[in-house]
Amino acid sequence: MSLLREQDAAEVRERLKAMPSPVRLVHFTQELNLEYGRETRQLLEELSGLSDQLSLEIHNFLLEKDKAAEYGVDMVPATVVCNGKASAIRFYGLPAGYEFASLLDAILMVSQADSGLCAESREKLAAITQPLHLQVFVTPT
Amino acid sequence: MRLAQSFALENTLIQADCIEATEFPDLSSQFRVYAVPKTVINGSASIEGSLPEQFFLEEVLKTLPPQQDGGSASEPAG
Repeated sequence: MSLLREQDAAEVRERLKAMPSPVRLVHFTQELNLEYGRETRQLLEELSGLSDQLSLEIHNFLLEKDKAAEYGVDMVPATVVCNGKASAIRFYGLPAGYEFASLLDAILMVSQADSGLCAESREKLAAITQPLHLQVFVTPT
Repeated sequence: MRLAQSFALENTLIQADCIEATEFPDLSSQFRVYAVPKTVINGSASIEGSLPEQFFLEEVLKTLPPQQDGGSASEPAG
């Protein structure tokens, strides 16, 4: 049984038509002891099937430690939104509800290479010379 | 999360994580997440709730130590 309802899948497919360049979802998971691990993987598989511009790469978090380190992933389930080079946008947990909407936004933003921010914000952000880590805690509703 | 991920797109030094709070209870309790959205900045400061772009950015920038780039032209050379 699919997690995305047919109507939702159709809407998402329509939104993803606005992807000018490919985006890769790099997913880290593990088979055992992971609540929602299977659902997260299934949802990503369904999502990536909705656009030719979207691909999914799945890694085993326990067996591929080097890969996890490369993407800066330290807990699972984790999904990194990437274009050609590694990207700095990660999702931890099942992307349902609010997080699903954010994931779609991130995919479109990365594909369009457009943050949608105003010029003043862009200037201020470009001037930052030290690492900045933002962890946004959300719930599905 | 939208603003955080927008920020990450503008500077490679910026990293944005969206964390499903109930699936990571240890991390959530470490950062005292009692309401969402809550944004934790460099593991210490935080912003509760959603803010408009300009205010969110201001709050984030406030948490960064002053930048020392030595580029000030205010001191005369001689």
